[in-house]
Amino acid sequence: MNDRPTLSRSNRMLLTTLEGVPGHTIVQHLGLVQGSTVRAKNVGRDFMAGLKNLVGGELKGYTELLQEARAEATQRMMQEASKQGANASVNIRFATSSLTQGAAELFVYGTAVQID
Amino acid sequence: METLGIFFILILVGFFAGSHIEKKHLADLHDREYRTRQLPVINIGAKTPIPEADRAKLFVGSVVVSSDYFKTFVAGWMNFFGGRISVYETLVERGRREAMLRMKEDAIKWGASQVVNVRLETAEMGGQNPNGVVAVEIIAYGTGVQ
Repeated sequence: MNDRPTLSRSNRMLLTTLEGVPGHTIVQHLGLVQGSTVRAKNVGRDFMAGLKNLVGGELKGYTELLQEARAEATQRMMQEASKQGANASVNIRFATSSLTQGAAELFVYGTAVQID
Repeated sequence: METLGIFFILILVGFFAGSHIEKKHLADLHDREYRTRQLPVINIGAKTPIPEADRAKLFVGSVVVSSDYFKTFVAGWMNFFGGRISVYETLVERGRREAMLRMKEDAIKWGASQVVNVRLETAEMGGQNPNGVVAVEIIAYGTGVQ
Protein backbone atom coordinates (compact mmCIF):
# COMPACT_ATOMS: atom_id res chain seq x y z
CA MET A 1 0.00 0.00 0.00
CA ASN A 2 3.07 2.28 -0.27
CA ASP A 3 2.21 3.67 -3.66
CA ARG A 4 -1.38 4.45 -2.87
CA PRO A 5 -2.53 7.66 -4.49
CA THR A 6 -3.54 10.41 -2.13
CA LEU A 7 -5.60 13.50 -2.64
CA SER A 8 -2.70 15.64 -1.51
CA ARG A 9 -0.76 14.76 -4.64
CA SER A 10 -3.28 16.96 -6.42
CA ASN A 11 -1.19 20.08 -5.80
CA ARG A 12 -0.39 20.36 -9.48
CA MET A 13 -4.05 20.59 -10.31
CA LEU A 14 -6.62 22.75 -8.54
CA LEU A 15 -9.82 20.98 -7.61
CA THR A 16 -12.94 22.79 -6.42
CA THR A 17 -16.63 22.12 -6.03
CA LEU A 18 -17.33 25.65 -7.24
CA GLU A 19 -18.14 26.88 -10.73
CA GLY A 20 -14.81 28.67 -10.87
CA VAL A 21 -11.50 28.90 -9.08
CA PRO A 22 -11.27 31.80 -6.61
CA GLY A 23 -8.43 34.14 -7.47
CA HIS A 24 -8.23 32.91 -11.05
CA THR A 25 -10.30 33.36 -14.17
CA ILE A 26 -11.25 30.49 -16.41
CA VAL A 27 -9.71 30.82 -19.85
CA GLN A 28 -11.17 27.77 -21.48
CA HIS A 29 -13.63 24.98 -20.71
CA LEU A 30 -12.36 21.60 -21.83
CA GLY A 31 -15.37 19.42 -21.06
CA LEU A 32 -16.46 16.76 -18.62
CA VAL A 33 -13.85 14.52 -17.04
CA GLN A 34 -14.46 11.52 -14.85
CA GLY A 35 -12.67 8.87 -12.90
CA SER A 36 -14.03 5.73 -11.36
CA THR A 37 -12.87 2.59 -9.64
CA VAL A 38 -14.60 -0.56 -8.44
CA ARG A 39 -13.12 -1.99 -5.27
CA ALA A 40 -13.73 -5.24 -3.50
CA LYS A 41 -13.21 -5.55 0.21
CA ASN A 42 -10.87 -8.38 1.09
CA VAL A 43 -11.72 -11.37 3.23
CA GLY A 44 -9.76 -10.21 6.27
CA ARG A 45 -11.46 -6.87 6.32
CA ASP A 46 -14.86 -8.46 5.75
CA PHE A 47 -14.30 -10.74 8.71
CA MET A 48 -13.23 -7.88 10.97
CA ALA A 49 -16.14 -5.78 9.78
CA GLY A 50 -18.50 -8.65 10.54
CA LEU A 51 -17.19 -8.80 14.10
CA LYS A 52 -17.31 -5.04 14.49
CA ASN A 53 -20.88 -5.14 13.24
CA LEU A 54 -21.87 -6.82 16.52
CA VAL A 55 -20.89 -3.84 18.64
CA GLY A 56 -21.36 -1.03 16.14
CA GLY A 57 -19.26 2.06 15.59
CA GLU A 58 -16.91 3.03 12.82
CA LEU A 59 -15.59 0.33 10.48
CA LYS A 60 -12.08 1.72 10.07
CA GLY A 61 -11.04 -0.88 7.50
CA TYR A 62 -13.87 0.09 5.18
CA THR A 63 -13.35 3.80 5.75
CA GLU A 64 -9.69 3.50 4.71
CA LEU A 65 -10.52 1.27 1.77
CA LEU A 66 -13.03 3.74 0.41
CA GLN A 67 -10.72 6.69 1.00
CA GLU A 68 -7.97 4.96 -0.96
CA ALA A 69 -10.39 4.10 -3.71
CA ARG A 70 -11.74 7.62 -3.87
CA ALA A 71 -8.21 9.00 -4.07
CA GLU A 72 -7.55 6.65 -6.96
CA ALA A 73 -10.71 7.72 -8.78
CA THR A 74 -9.73 11.35 -8.26
CA GLN A 75 -6.27 10.57 -9.58
CA ARG A 76 -7.76 9.07 -12.73
CA MET A 77 -9.98 12.08 -13.25
CA MET A 78 -6.96 14.37 -12.86
CA GLN A 79 -4.98 12.33 -15.38
CA GLU A 80 -7.79 12.64 -17.88
CA ALA A 81 -7.99 16.36 -17.25
CA SER A 82 -4.26 16.97 -17.63
CA LYS A 83 -4.25 14.92 -20.83
CA GLN A 84 -6.60 17.54 -22.21
CA GLY A 85 -4.29 20.30 -21.08
CA ALA A 86 -6.31 21.44 -18.08
CA ASN A 87 -4.76 22.85 -14.93
CA ALA A 88 -7.91 22.75 -12.81
CA SER A 89 -11.12 20.79 -12.42
CA VAL A 90 -14.21 22.58 -11.20
CA ASN A 91 -17.68 21.65 -9.96
CA ILE A 92 -16.52 18.25 -8.74
CA ARG A 93 -19.08 15.71 -7.54
CA PHE A 94 -18.61 12.33 -5.87
CA ALA A 95 -20.90 9.34 -6.10
CA THR A 96 -20.76 5.89 -4.52
CA SER A 97 -22.77 2.83 -5.35
CA SER A 98 -22.43 -0.61 -3.88
CA LEU A 99 -22.69 -3.14 -6.66
CA THR A 100 -22.82 -6.28 -4.58
CA GLN A 101 -22.12 -7.20 -0.98
CA GLY A 102 -18.40 -7.36 -1.77
CA ALA A 103 -17.73 -4.42 -4.04
CA ALA A 104 -18.35 -0.71 -4.32
CA GLU A 105 -17.92 1.71 -7.16
CA LEU A 106 -16.49 5.12 -6.43
CA PHE A 107 -17.11 7.69 -9.06
CA VAL A 108 -15.96 11.28 -9.35
CA TYR A 109 -16.62 13.76 -12.13
CA GLY A 110 -16.04 17.39 -12.87
CA THR A 111 -15.30 19.89 -15.60
CA ALA A 112 -11.74 20.33 -16.80
CA VAL A 113 -10.79 23.96 -17.28
CA GLN A 114 -7.78 26.04 -18.05
CA ILE A 115 -7.16 28.91 -15.66
CA ASP A 116 -4.66 31.73 -15.89
CA MET B 1 -31.87 -23.82 23.19
CA GLU B 2 -28.18 -23.26 22.50
CA THR B 3 -28.83 -20.98 19.54
CA LEU B 4 -31.26 -19.00 21.68
CA GLY B 5 -28.52 -18.60 24.30
CA ILE B 6 -26.04 -17.34 21.72
CA PHE B 7 -28.66 -15.00 20.37
CA PHE B 8 -29.30 -13.47 23.80
CA ILE B 9 -25.58 -13.11 24.46
CA LEU B 10 -25.13 -11.31 21.14
CA ILE B 11 -28.09 -9.04 21.87
CA LEU B 12 -26.66 -8.16 25.27
CA VAL B 13 -23.15 -7.60 23.91
CA GLY B 14 -24.62 -5.47 21.13
CA PHE B 15 -26.71 -3.47 23.54
CA PHE B 16 -24.07 -2.74 26.17
CA ALA B 17 -21.00 -2.39 23.95
CA GLY B 18 -23.04 -0.57 21.30
CA SER B 19 -24.48 2.04 23.63
CA HIS B 20 -21.09 2.51 25.28
CA ILE B 21 -19.43 3.17 21.90
CA GLU B 22 -22.27 5.45 20.86
CA LYS B 23 -22.08 7.47 24.05
CA LYS B 24 -18.32 7.88 23.69
CA HIS B 25 -18.68 8.86 20.05
CA LEU B 26 -21.37 11.45 20.79
CA ALA B 27 -19.23 13.02 23.52
CA ASP B 28 -16.26 13.10 21.15
CA LEU B 29 -18.36 14.68 18.40
CA HIS B 30 -19.66 17.32 20.77
CA ASP B 31 -16.15 18.15 21.87
CA ARG B 32 -14.72 18.39 18.37
CA GLU B 33 -17.68 20.38 17.07
CA TYR B 34 -17.05 22.90 19.80
CA ARG B 35 -13.39 23.14 18.82
CA THR B 36 -14.12 23.64 15.11
CA ARG B 37 -17.05 26.01 15.58
CA GLN B 38 -15.17 29.06 14.26
CA LEU B 39 -14.99 27.65 10.72
CA PRO B 40 -18.12 28.58 8.77
CA VAL B 41 -19.51 25.90 6.50
CA ILE B 42 -22.01 26.86 3.82
CA ASN B 43 -23.49 25.02 0.90
CA ILE B 44 -23.82 27.93 -1.46
CA GLY B 45 -20.89 29.26 -3.44
CA ALA B 46 -21.24 27.62 -6.84
CA LYS B 47 -23.10 30.53 -8.39
CA THR B 48 -22.55 33.12 -5.70
CA PRO B 49 -19.06 34.58 -6.03
CA ILE B 50 -16.95 34.59 -2.86
CA PRO B 51 -15.20 37.96 -3.17
CA GLU B 52 -12.68 37.63 -0.35
CA ALA B 53 -11.27 34.28 -1.52
CA ASP B 54 -8.17 33.92 -3.62
CA ARG B 55 -7.10 30.33 -2.91
CA ALA B 56 -9.18 27.19 -2.95
CA LYS B 57 -8.75 23.49 -2.29
CA LEU B 58 -10.99 20.45 -2.25
CA PHE B 59 -11.60 18.75 1.10
CA VAL B 60 -13.20 15.38 1.62
CA GLY B 61 -14.24 13.75 4.88
CA SER B 62 -15.63 10.24 4.92
CA VAL B 63 -16.65 7.61 7.42
CA VAL B 64 -18.25 4.17 7.43
CA VAL B 65 -20.45 3.60 10.47
CA SER B 66 -22.10 0.33 11.30
CA SER B 67 -25.06 -0.65 13.38
CA ASP B 68 -24.68 -3.08 16.29
CA TYR B 69 -26.44 -6.40 16.76
CA PHE B 70 -29.05 -4.97 19.10
CA LYS B 71 -29.92 -2.09 16.79
CA THR B 72 -30.15 -4.37 13.78
CA PHE B 73 -32.53 -6.64 15.69
CA VAL B 74 -34.70 -3.80 16.99
CA ALA B 75 -34.77 -2.18 13.55
CA GLY B 76 -36.04 -5.44 12.11
CA TRP B 77 -39.07 -5.27 14.43
CA MET B 78 -39.55 -1.54 13.88
CA ASN B 79 -39.53 -2.23 10.17
CA PHE B 80 -42.38 -4.69 10.70
CA PHE B 81 -44.58 -2.18 12.50
CA GLY B 82 -43.59 0.80 10.39
CA GLY B 83 -42.92 4.35 11.47
CA ARG B 84 -39.67 5.95 12.49
CA ILE B 85 -36.67 3.69 12.88
CA SER B 86 -35.05 5.78 15.58
CA VAL B 87 -32.09 3.43 16.12
CA TYR B 88 -30.92 4.07 12.56
CA GLU B 89 -31.65 7.79 12.74
CA THR B 90 -29.00 8.24 15.40
CA LEU B 91 -26.59 6.07 13.40
CA VAL B 92 -26.67 8.16 10.23
CA GLU B 93 -26.66 11.35 12.26
CA ARG B 94 -23.43 10.28 13.96
CA GLY B 95 -21.92 9.41 10.61
CA ARG B 96 -22.89 12.71 9.07
CA ARG B 97 -21.46 14.72 11.94
CA GLU B 98 -18.24 12.68 11.88
CA ALA B 99 -17.77 13.11 8.11
CA MET B 100 -18.43 16.84 8.36
CA LEU B 101 -15.95 17.16 11.23
CA ARG B 102 -13.20 15.31 9.35
CA MET B 103 -13.64 17.67 6.44
CA LYS B 104 -13.60 20.72 8.71
CA GLU B 105 -10.52 19.54 10.63
CA ASP B 106 -8.63 19.04 7.35
CA ALA B 107 -9.68 22.47 6.16
CA ILE B 108 -8.59 24.11 9.42
CA LYS B 109 -5.17 22.42 9.13
CA TRP B 110 -4.78 23.97 5.68
CA GLY B 111 -5.80 27.37 7.04
CA ALA B 112 -9.18 27.77 5.41
CA SER B 113 -11.31 30.74 6.39
CA GLN B 114 -14.49 28.96 5.34
CA VAL B 115 -15.71 25.90 3.47
CA VAL B 116 -18.15 26.64 0.67
CA ASN B 117 -20.45 24.59 -1.55
CA VAL B 118 -20.47 21.60 0.78
CA ARG B 119 -22.23 18.43 -0.36
CA LEU B 120 -23.17 15.38 1.69
CA GLU B 121 -23.52 11.97 0.15
CA THR B 122 -24.72 8.72 1.71
CA ALA B 123 -24.15 5.25 0.33
CA GLU B 124 -25.31 1.97 1.76
CA MET B 125 -22.52 -0.57 2.20
CA GLY B 126 -24.39 -3.77 2.90
CA GLY B 127 -25.43 -4.58 -0.63
CA GLN B 128 -28.34 -6.90 -1.35
CA ASN B 129 -27.41 -9.52 1.20
CA PRO B 130 -29.85 -9.21 4.14
CA ASN B 131 -27.41 -11.06 6.43
CA GLY B 132 -24.45 -8.88 5.52
CA VAL B 133 -23.07 -6.00 7.52
CA VAL B 134 -25.41 -3.10 8.16
CA ALA B 135 -23.28 -0.06 7.48
CA VAL B 136 -23.48 3.25 5.66
CA GLU B 137 -20.74 5.34 4.17
CA ILE B 138 -21.17 9.07 4.48
CA ILE B 139 -18.94 11.57 2.76
CA ALA B 140 -18.85 15.32 3.08
CA TYR B 141 -16.93 17.38 0.57
CA GLY B 142 -16.52 21.02 -0.15
CA THR B 143 -14.11 23.72 -1.21
CA GLY B 144 -12.02 25.36 1.46
CA VAL B 145 -11.13 28.95 0.64
CA GLN B 146 -8.58 31.37 2.06
